[in-house]
Formats: sequence, structure tokens, C-alpha cells
Amino acid sequence: MVPIKSLEEKFQAAVDAEIKIEPKDWMPDAYRKTLIRQISQHAHSEIVGMLPEGNWISRAPSLRRKVGLLAKVQDEAGHGLYLYSACETLGIDREELFEQLNTGKAKYSSIFNYPTTTWADIGAIGWLVDGAAIMNQVMLCRTSYGPYARAMVRICKEESFHQRQGFEILLTLSKGSEEQRAMLQDAVDRWWWPSLMMFGPSDKESTHSAQSMKWKIKRKSNDELRQQFVDATVEQAKILNVTLPDPELKWNEERGHYDFGPIDWEEFWNVVKGNGPCNKERLAARVKAHDEGAWVRDAAVAFAEKQAKRRAEANKVA
Amino acid sequence: MNNWPLWEVFLRSRQGLHHKHVGSLHAADEKMAIENARDVYTRRSEGVSIWVVESKHIHASSPDESEALYDPANDKVYRHPTFYDLPDEIKHM
Ligand SMILES: [Fe+2]
Ligand SMILES: [Fe+2]
Repeated sequence: MVPIKSLEEKFQAAVDAEIKIEPKDWMPDAYRKTLIRQISQHAHSEIVGMLPEGNWISRAPSLRRKVGLLAKVQDEAGHGLYLYSACETLGIDREELFEQLNTGKAKYSSIFNYPTTTWADIGAIGWLVDGAAIMNQVMLCRTSYGPYARAMVRICKEESFHQRQGFEILLTLSKGSEEQRAMLQDAVDRWWWPSLMMFGPSDKESTHSAQSMKWKIKRKSNDELRQQFVDATVEQAKILNVTLPDPELKWNEERGHYDFGPIDWEEFWNVVKGNGPCNKERLAARVKAHDEGAWVRDAAVAFAEKQAKRRAEANKVA
Repeated sequence: MNNWPLWEVFLRSRQGLHHKHVGSLHAADEKMAIENARDVYTRRSEGVSIWVVESKHIHASSPDESEALYDPANDKVYRHPTFYDLPDEIKHM
């Protein structure tokens, strides 16, 4: 037996040398656990994230908007599947991952516990929510675990259409009637702060951050990513002629970044704990889909078994 | 889901190239695996041909054996063209 200590050193040396860790390589238990938690949370977020947008597919204002939104939501399902597949390489199976989601044991991004009350919300999600997700996902393309990094590369290729789709919706509203412009502003008012919360607690509070950086699972801190998002988004808001709902937002010459006001962490933790506007509804929708799909899964297995038996019999005769 | 096996998916992105591993998925049988692979991995014409292999049929070398497996190749420099000295006048060989 090789002592754990030297295995750990070898592992860290590989990470430091930017050599990707692959499924069959030795890895510390805590690295495996952290990845399972993070990748599955990420996968669940993609899946649950279809719900607020799915709410508007049947009510999209034109065929152009409808095909765009349908394709986007379908991509999110795909993202969930790439990530479940990456997660399974760590030795956990799909059934268990679903179980964790459906029993509320696993978390998903809290942003999806907010409702989509107007069509402008679909634009705001594409612009702000996908925009924030992209910041995080671009970083994760270089994460140390091979299957996760490869899944992220596929995902990032698809994400830019999502954000552009959302921005175009908002741009159209910004050139519309007074009512449409008010709808746009209202959506931005509601989605801005929850989008900033997507990056997670501030670096001072974040418990897993330091170790994740050492293992190169993450390469930028929550606050760094959040700042990057604010800087990029403020400029885009000008084109939409909307006001971001933060009176303290202003350019800081010295830092070369935008300053922004304090985040309401109480709201954040409250939604994480299950008390957001839609937590119960989202989980109930997932459980219902899973339960009502049970007969389809069973029928598919029965059909596959029957086909295999028929083939075997045909081969015997021949 | 319990009984849906795991399949590894390989795509040929265009004629003339090897199939390349892109990920995995669950499906009841090979036909469904190919259909799902089409929806999951080729939504933007990423492939012209799909292979699916049930994951349990894939046997992989172990990273622990990598020295024993690959070291023997490392000291065989004479397998590479640069090992052989030729005069400069010979341009393309
Ligand atoms: Fe996504
Ligand atoms: Fe997206």
C-alpha cells in the first residue's frame, strides 16, 4: 500500500502542474465529495431552471420567440444531462442523484425559486441569470476534474445564444411602448439582486472556497466573479436604457471597477433554507414529473427485454 | 430508471474522422441510446455518426499500471524519425 500522504502529494502536484484528474485516478475522498456535491447541484440547477422558463413557452409573443425559448430550455435539459453524466464518473448513480434532489437533500441554485410573472422575466433571465451563470461556467472550463471541465466546454459553447436570446427580448421591449418599458424595468428590478446572489456568499463567509481553489476546482472567488459580472452588466444596461436598482452603483476610478451596494444576505439564506417564493412549487413539479414518468421508464425496460428475447429466439431458429 | 443501463456515447463529427467519446447517458436499449444521444449530444450538428456502447462492456487500463504499460515506449527513441541522421541536402524524408 502506498501511504495516503504520498498519494495526496502526488495528487496535488498533478493539480499544480495543470494535469487534469480523470475518473480512475486516485483522488482524496474530500475532493471526490466536493465534486459530487458541486456537480450535482449544478446539474439540478439546470433541470430545475427549466421550470420558470417553461412557464412562458406556450405564451411566447411570437413564433420567433417561441422557437428560441424552446431551444434554450431544451439546451438546459442537455446541460443537466452532461453534468449528471460527469457526476456519475465519480461513482454515484443517477437514481441516487434524483433521490437527493426530490427529497430536498440536495440544493440547486436559489435563483430558480423566484417566479416568472411577465414575459420580460424571460428576457431578464437570459440576460442576467444566464449571464451570471456564464461567468462561473467559463471559469469552470478550466476546472481540475477532466469530465467536469469537458462538460463545461460543451455548455459554454451553447450558453452565449441563451444570453443573446434574452438580451434581444429586452432590447425589443426597450424600444416598445411605455407599458413595455415599464415591464422591462420591473423585471430588471426584481432579477438584479437575486442574480448577484447567484455567485454565493461573500469570500469572508464562504466555507469551501479556499480548499476548492487549492484543488483548482474553482479558480476565482465568489466576490471576484460577482465583480466581473457587475462590471460587464452595467455597460449593457445602458444600451437597454434601464436603471439597475442600486443607488450605490458607481464607477470607482481607483479600483477600476464598479462599486455596488450591500447584498441582502438574509434574503439569500432564507431562500436557500426553502422559504423563497417558489421553493415548494419547484420541488413539487420535479417530484410529480418523476413519479408520473415511472410507468414510461418501466414500459421502456419491458419493451427492451421483449425485443432482446425475440432477437435471441430468432437467432436460435436461424 | 433503476434498470436503465448506462451507455457511453461516441461521435464522428464529420466523415473522415475517428469517433470520439463525448459522454454518457441512460437508456433502456441500444436503439433508445442512439436516439437519446442524438438529442443530448448532437443538437447543433456535432455528429454524422453515433456509436453507443454499454458502459459495462468497456474495460480500461488502470492509472496505477501506467508506468508498466507506457515506460517501455519512452526509451525507444529509435522509433522516431529524428533518431536517424541524414545529410542536409535531403530535404523531404
Ligand atoms: Fe445551462
Ligand atoms: Fe443557459
